[in-house]
Amino acid sequence: MKSQSIVMLRRNLKHIARNPVSVFNAVLMPVVVMLMFVYMLGDAFSVGVDYVDYATPGLMLLAVCYGLGALAVGVNSDVTKGIINRFKVMDIPRGAVLTGHVIASLLTNLIAVGAIIAVAFLLGFSPSASPLDWLGVIGMVVLLAFAANWITVALGLAAKSPETAGMAAIPLVMLPFFSSAIVPAEKMGPGLRQFAEYQPFTPIIETLRGLLNGTPAAGDVIPALAWCVGIALVGYLWASSSFTKRA
Amino acid sequence: MTDSAILASGLRKAYKDKVVLDGIDLEVRAGTIFALLGPNGAGKTTTVNILTTLLKADGGTVRVAGHDAATGAKAVRAAIGVTGQFAAVDELLTGEENLRLMVDLKGFPTNDGKRIVKQLLERFDLVESARKPASTYSGGMRRKLDLAMTLVGNPRIIFLDEPTTGLDPRSRRTMWAIIRELVSEGVTILLTTQYLEEADQLADRIAVLDQGRIVAQGTPDELKRQIPGTHVRLRFATAAQLDAAARILPDSTRDDEALALRVPSDGGTTSLRALLDRLDEYSLSADEFSVHTPDLDDVFLALTGHSTEVAAK
Repeated sequence: MKSQSIVMLRRNLKHIARNPVSVFNAVLMPVVVMLMFVYMLGDAFSVGVDYVDYATPGLMLLAVCYGLGALAVGVNSDVTKGIINRFKVMDIPRGAVLTGHVIASLLTNLIAVGAIIAVAFLLGFSPSASPLDWLGVIGMVVLLAFAANWITVALGLAAKSPETAGMAAIPLVMLPFFSSAIVPAEKMGPGLRQFAEYQPFTPIIETLRGLLNGTPAAGDVIPALAWCVGIALVGYLWASSSFTKRA
Repeated sequence: MTDSAILASGLRKAYKDKVVLDGIDLEVRAGTIFALLGPNGAGKTTTVNILTTLLKADGGTVRVAGHDAATGAKAVRAAIGVTGQFAAVDELLTGEENLRLMVDLKGFPTNDGKRIVKQLLERFDLVESARKPASTYSGGMRRKLDLAMTLVGNPRIIFLDEPTTGLDPRSRRTMWAIIRELVSEGVTILLTTQYLEEADQLADRIAVLDQGRIVAQGTPDELKRQIPGTHVRLRFATAAQLDAAARILPDSTRDDEALALRVPSDGGTTSLRALLDRLDEYSLSADEFSVHTPDLDDVFLALTGHSTEVAAK
């Protein structure tokens, strides 16, 4: 079981490496968005601190979300094209097939987040996080990516075709813009503001922001962890049951 | 292993109120080729999916390689190889990587794995394109790669769902040669096809499937005896000529409306020349001349009383 998961992971990593569009979307696109907001528009936002310091946590989350489209398409292609029957007849556990996708996507997410942090430093990012806070940041990013990937796998499996699977991931890519990622929620109009305050990404971003400032607040960390665990669980269960039904 | 590699009885399957399989019985003896012949929608793929444990039957029993498909699915899967109707290759990987994937998933040690991949690439004439992504392969190459992937681990029972549908004639011949070679090595093969010629060429036994039922089963010769054989169709300009021709060709059947005559023939040059000479002798000439070989449509018409079009609905 373990070694078969590794074989599947290797397969998924090759897929990602061979699809320049997915690499661009997952790694370069977030950097482009970052340059656009921080370099071009950053001076226009007044958020009380240096804009790059404000925006980096949200852009890290955005970097995770941009990789999700390829994941949704990938899992959907596996069940809509013939190859899944081959795996089933070979007695490959479904866990191995899906875990391969999730871990490969998670690694891509980490590279994308790493790229965002590197570019942030080039743009003058000056966090005041201790080494322990940084560990917290890494943990939060991994947990977020894990949750986002499992819910995306479920969305991908629920879609009829690879094309619609790609569409299914779009809300997840858009959601960060309606959170405190780019501007603080309190600056948004009524309705949107409440949405931004209560949607799952906001406490996650605030947690990252707190950790990077060296001042994590329990009021953000607890809902952030709860959202991630909840989303991961729902995603995992939904994905497993759709997989059994589809394939 | 018992003498019959695949044994199914009373297979039933329905999706909601649509009956797909309505009591299928079949037996495939070890080391033979069995063809399941039928048009689209007859239930061929459903049958294969049940026999290969991909689908659960609503009723009936299946034994493959001596194991019950319902209670011993794992043991069945270990003994079989399946090549589905749509090439199950990973298009983003190269041919070589696809085979490696199979070798790795089956847990072969690295050295054995390399040897197996190399042998299969050579055997299926895929060495030159081994390092190209499978998405660039032609239909024929894709099927070959698909079958090569199925052969990793030497399964003794192989299921081929429409292995040549959509292939050009040359690739079809190559596929036939490969299938024959496998059987000569003692492998048992169950294949499905829409082509009578293919079943005739390859199979030791054929079952004709129509609307979820087996309407005929036997050796190719037994089946062909039940259907109209190869014949020559002659169309004449006038009824008088048709009359005259019908008199000198006593075996023939006439179609007065079309002014046509159907003459049984093996389609060979010798018998055709004899037929033409005979017409010549009586100074008769036909406007139109065609040799007609029986196809699936004829089989269907003869066995079920309706054409494949109806069955496909």
